[in-house]
Amino acid sequence: MSADWRTVASLVGTVTKALAVPLALSAAVAFVYREPTAPFLLPAAGSLLLGVGLERLPRRDIGIREAFLMVSLTWLVVALVGAVPFLLVGSGTFVSPVDAVFESMSGITTTGATVVESFDAHPRGLLFWRQLVQWLGGLGILVLAVGLLSQLEVGGAQLMETETQTQDVTKLTPRISQTARLIGGLYVGLTALVVVILLGLNVAGLAPRMGPYNAVAHALTSVSTAGFSPEAESVGAFSPVVQWTLTGAMLVGATNFVLLYALVRGRFRRLRDSEELWFYLSVVAGASALLAVVLRIDGEFAGLEPTLRHATFQVASIVTTTGYATVDFDLWSPAAKHLLFLGMFVGGMAGSTTCSIKSFRWLVVVKTLRRDLFTEIHPDAIRPIRVGGTVVDEGTIRDVNAYVVLSLLVFAFLTVFVVVETADSGLGVTEFDAMGIAAATFLNIGPAFGVAGPYGSYAGLSPATKWVLVVLMWVGRIEIVPVLVVLTPAFWRS
Amino acid sequence: MRVVIVGAGEVGSSIAASLADSHDVVVIDNDASIVDELTYDQDVLAINGDGTDLEVLREAGIGESDMLIASTDNDETNIVICGTAAVCCDAFTIARVKRPQFLRTWEQSRGAFGVDFMVCTDLLAAQTIVGVIGLPTAQDVDTFADGLVQMAEFEIPPESPVANQTVSEADRFDSLTFAAIIRDAEIVIPSGETTIRPGDEVVVIGSPDSARKFSAAISPEESRPQDVVIVGGSEIGFQVARLLEQRGFKPRLVERDPDRARWLAEQLPGTTVLESDATDQSFLERERIGDADVLLATLDNDQQNLLATLLAKRLGVDRTVAVVDTGAFADLFEAVGVDVAVSPREATAEEITRFTRARRAENVSLIDGDRAEVMEVEIDAGSAVAGRAIREFVPELPPGVVVGAIARGGELITPRGDTVVEPGDHVVLFADTEVVDALTAAI
Repeated sequence: MSADWRTVASLVGTVTKALAVPLALSAAVAFVYREPTAPFLLPAAGSLLLGVGLERLPRRDIGIREAFLMVSLTWLVVALVGAVPFLLVGSGTFVSPVDAVFESMSGITTTGATVVESFDAHPRGLLFWRQLVQWLGGLGILVLAVGLLSQLEVGGAQLMETETQTQDVTKLTPRISQTARLIGGLYVGLTALVVVILLGLNVAGLAPRMGPYNAVAHALTSVSTAGFSPEAESVGAFSPVVQWTLTGAMLVGATNFVLLYALVRGRFRRLRDSEELWFYLSVVAGASALLAVVLRIDGEFAGLEPTLRHATFQVASIVTTTGYATVDFDLWSPAAKHLLFLGMFVGGMAGSTTCSIKSFRWLVVVKTLRRDLFTEIHPDAIRPIRVGGTVVDEGTIRDVNAYVVLSLLVFAFLTVFVVVETADSGLGVTEFDAMGIAAATFLNIGPAFGVAGPYGSYAGLSPATKWVLVVLMWVGRIEIVPVLVVLTPAFWRS
Repeated sequence: MRVVIVGAGEVGSSIAASLADSHDVVVIDNDASIVDELTYDQDVLAINGDGTDLEVLREAGIGESDMLIASTDNDETNIVICGTAAVCCDAFTIARVKRPQFLRTWEQSRGAFGVDFMVCTDLLAAQTIVGVIGLPTAQDVDTFADGLVQMAEFEIPPESPVANQTVSEADRFDSLTFAAIIRDAEIVIPSGETTIRPGDEVVVIGSPDSARKFSAAISPEESRPQDVVIVGGSEIGFQVARLLEQRGFKPRLVERDPDRARWLAEQLPGTTVLESDATDQSFLERERIGDADVLLATLDNDQQNLLATLLAKRLGVDRTVAVVDTGAFADLFEAVGVDVAVSPREATAEEITRFTRARRAENVSLIDGDRAEVMEVEIDAGSAVAGRAIREFVPELPPGVVVGAIARGGELITPRGDTVVEPGDHVVLFADTEVVDALTAAI
C-alpha cells in the first residue's frame, strides 16, 4: 500500500495518548461524587500505553493520502476508546457494546443522539465523560478544519475546501501550530465564558438548578454545538434566562471561528462583510419568527415570551446542529415539526463546530442555480460565483454541488433503510420519523421525532440500525469525502 | 523654463510642439531619423541617444533644466528615466505610463521611483470616456483619493424636486457633503437652513455612489444612459468598466479571449462579461446589442474599433465612442459616423501640457472657471489640524472653506463636527480661490 500507514498510526497514537487527560478528569469528577474511578483510570492507562506504543512508529511528513486516512481513523479510534468507560460502568442501557459505541460516536461527532433511557441510572462521572467527549469532538473538528487541513493543501477534501474558501484561514498566522493554538484558545475561552455566565446566573438566583456541575456540563456541549445534557428534560430543566443564554452560546459555536477571532481583535468589519454570517443569522431569525407564528396559531404557549423563546431555542438548536430541547417538540403540530425538520439541513457556518450542509454550501448552490438561469438567456456570459465578494473557484463549486447531492442521496438511502429495518424488527417507525432519524444522525444533529424525539431515546432501535447509524455519524461528521477516498482502490495504489 | 522631453513619439512631439513657443525644449530620442525630422520641423534642440543614460541626459543639459518629461512608449523605461534624472539634478520629473498599477504604487507615496508626477494613459483615456457618458446632469465631475471621493457640480433645474428645499431637506444621502452653492456668481457656503433655488449650481463632495444618487434625485426623469456596452477587454476597457461600476452602472463587456474574459469577470462584480467576438452577427442579435444606449469600442487596434462602432451604429445603438490609437485618425472616425473618438495619446499630451503650465502637484479641480477649488491634501503629522476635531480647527481656517470628505486607509469618512483628522488622511476641501494660499499655510 502506498499510504504511509506507520506515520498515520503514529499520529493517531498522539491523539490516543492525549485522551488520557480527559479520562483522568472524568475520574476526578467520579472521585468527587464518591463513585468508582476505575472505569476511567483503566482506559486512561490503556490509551496512554497504546498511544505511546503507536507513537514510536517512524513518522515522516504527511501528504494527501495520509491526511485522509488520519482524519478517518482518528474519529474512529477516539470513538472506540471513548466507548470503554460506558462499557466498564455498564449501567442502564450501556451493558451492550453497540449502545456504548453509539453513545461514544454520537458524542465525539457532536451529534447528541442518545441511547440513555433513564438519566438517574448513570453515575455523574460517566455523564460528565459524555459531555467532555462532545467538547473534544468540537475542538477536534475546529483544529482539524481551521488549523490543520486548511494548511496542508489537501486538495479535494471537503473540510478544507469549504473552510478556506470562506475565510483567509491560511493568512491567520504563518504556522499551523500557532493557528491551531489560537483557535483552540478561543474555543476554551468561549467555553469558560459560558461557565462563568451560567454560574453567575446561579449565584444571582436566576438559575436554581444550574450548579457548577450543570454549568460545566452545558458549557461543554453548547459551544461545541453538540447537545448532550445530563438532565432528562435537556435545557427544559432550567429557567428562561438560562435558555436564552444557551441559545446565544449555540449560535456563537456555529459561527466561523476565524470571524470570532476577528471580533475578539476588534475587527468588526469582517463580521459586517461576511455574507455567510448574514445568511446564517437570517435563516435562524426567519425560521424562528415563522415557528413562533405557527406556535402562536397552535396556541402552544400562553405568553409571547415563552412562544418566542421556545421557537428561537428550538430553531437555534436544530440549525446549529446542537440538539438541545426546552420542550418536547415531538408533540407539536405537523407544521412546526416539519419546519424544524427542514432546519436540519441548513447548518451553521463553515469553520465552526457545526455539522450538516452549512450555510456556505447553500449559498454556493443557490448562486449556481441563479447563474444557470442567467446563462440560459445569455449563453456567452461569464459569471464567477462570489460569496462575500470573494470569487469561489469553479473546482470548489463542482465539489460543493457534488457534496450536497451526495448528502441528500445518503440521507434518502438511510431513510429507506431505517423504515425497512424498523418494520422488520417490529418497531415500525413512520416515514417522517425515519427521515428525522436519518437527518439527525447523518447530519450530526441528535434528537429527531417519534421514538428518537428530544425526550426520547435511540435505545429501542435494533442493533443493526444502531451500527449503521454509528457508521453514518462518523461519515457525516468528517463530511463523507475522506472516508470515500480512503475506500477507493486508487487510494491504496501508488 | 528649460524642459527636457525623452521620447519623441506622438505624445512627446505633441508636447514639444505646444511648449516650444514659450519654453526652451530639448528632445531626446534613440531614433536618428525622428531626431532629424524634429530638428527641421520644430524650434527645439533634438538629441539622438538613450534617455536612461546619464551621460545623454547631461548632454541635454539636465542640470540646468526645470522639468523632465519621460514619454517613450515603454512604462519601465519612462520610470527609469525619471529615476536616473533624480540622481543628478532637481528637475521636476513627469513620467507617462500605460499601466495603472504603476500609478497606484506612485500614489501610495508621491515621489516614488523619482517620479514627481505620473500620468497614466489608459486611466486618463478611461476617465475621458466615462466623463462623456457619466453623470449626464453634472456640469463638472472630478475624482479624488483614488476614486474614493467624487466632486460634482450640478445645476438645479426649475422643475427639480429639490428646488426650493433647504439643504437639510435635500441632503438625504449619508456620505455626501454640500460644499457650496454658486448663485448669481456668488459663492455661498450653505448651512442646513440654506434654501436651494432653481438655477443654483450646487457643489457636492462624497462617495461616487451618493453623487450619482443625488444626480438622480435632482432630476428623476433624466435620460441617463441605462445600457452601456463595452467592446474589448483591453486595459482601457477594463478601467472604463471599473469606473462605470463605481458610478453605479451595470455595463456589459464583450471580450473574445476566454482567459481574459474570466479574469475580467472576477475583477468586475457589477459588469456582465460576455465571451464572444464582437463582430459575430448571431451574438449581436442574441444579446440585442442594437438596443444599447451607448457602445464603447476599446479593442486593440483602430481598424477593429472603427468596424465595431460602425456595426453598432447600423444595428441601432444611439451613441458610439471609439478609442483611437493614432490621434490623427480621430477626425476621420467622427467624419464616418462615430459619435466620439477618444485618443489616449492626445489626452495624455494635453494632460502633461496642462500640468506643465499650471504646475500643480496636488490633486485640484477648478470650479466655475477659477473662482473656487476642490483640492485633496494629505495631512502629515506636523500639520496644525492633525489629531484635532473638525469643529475645533475650522474657526482657525480662512472663511469659505468646507471639509468635504476624508479618505483614510482606503475608506471614505464623511466628516462631521466631531470627526478627528489623523495624520495620513487625505482630506478633500472646497475653498474659495482667494483663500487657497492662506488655507495651504494654515494646514
